[in-house]
Amino acid sequence: MLKAEIYITLKRTVSDPQGLTIKHALESLGYKDLTDVRIGKLVIIKLNFKDKKRAEKEINEMCKKLLANPIIEDYHFKIKEQ
Amino acid sequence: MKFGVVVLPGSNCDQDCFYVIKDVLKKPVRYIWHKDTDVDGLNCVILPGGFSYGDYLRTGAIARFSPVMKSIAGFARKGGTVIGICNGFQILLEAGLLPGVMLRNKGLHFLCKYVYIKTENNQTRFTNFYNTGQILRIPVAHNEGNYYIDAAGLKELRDNNQIVFRYCSATGEISDQFNPNGALDNIAGIINKKGNVLGMMPHPERSSERELGSPDGYFVFKSIVEWLENR
Repeated sequence: MLKAEIYITLKRTVSDPQGLTIKHALESLGYKDLTDVRIGKLVIIKLNFKDKKRAEKEINEMCKKLLANPIIEDYHFKIKEQ
Repeated sequence: MKFGVVVLPGSNCDQDCFYVIKDVLKKPVRYIWHKDTDVDGLNCVILPGGFSYGDYLRTGAIARFSPVMKSIAGFARKGGTVIGICNGFQILLEAGLLPGVMLRNKGLHFLCKYVYIKTENNQTRFTNFYNTGQILRIPVAHNEGNYYIDAAGLKELRDNNQIVFRYCSATGEISDQFNPNGALDNIAGIINKKGNVLGMMPHPERSSERELGSPDGYFVFKSIVEWLENR
């Protein structure tokens, strides 16, 4: 069986108010050496087949159709056996 | 002439829209359940506000795959009048019926308050009852109203006069200070190139009667009727 971990992040050109707020909070905790904080999403999908090529193709499709919005988001994923 | 109000799981402004069309505007209206695909006989489809599908993943991202959305896309392609309000606007963006995308509000707060918006384009079927430059007092209620589009997209919106409403002060000043959510260029509402699909974050259906705080939004619906009856 395969497990896909899909990371969805805002593009660098898009401002991330959540990340900025968390950066401020971390700085107020004393962590002063932060250049940037960005928030993203992790989607974990378990697949009930073993063909990695097929998994890559289908996960790519899922990202394009639904999981990420290409206007503001980038994605990458890892597919692992489990 | 007949209006349709789409009901998605999580819509919560559907009844307000229905009420305004039926009891204030006094025009025929019916609900369209999201699993229905029949939009025949309708002249205007309203995608109301709410939290369709819990706003999961991204606002409007799941709703755009509702069966009814295919019919609405076809309806829009044929020139049918479609208005998306708040979550309805977010769905239209995700469905690609309008350009751009919504980000989280700049201040991270859910905003529920009256704002002022300026009518930037009154040459549309949604705004013909307003004057250009007319300032409306109208409520917003959203967490993701921070409109974003890339530079080329913004230029296109400007070149085609697609920006219909912009956030402003009570006297019409447009600046960051009077931008509640960080929306690019203070954008509160846009139309598609063809001019038959409008998306707006503020709620005209919540401001259609003086008794409820402001009558300013009423004329969005009145404009649609005017256009449908006299085109």
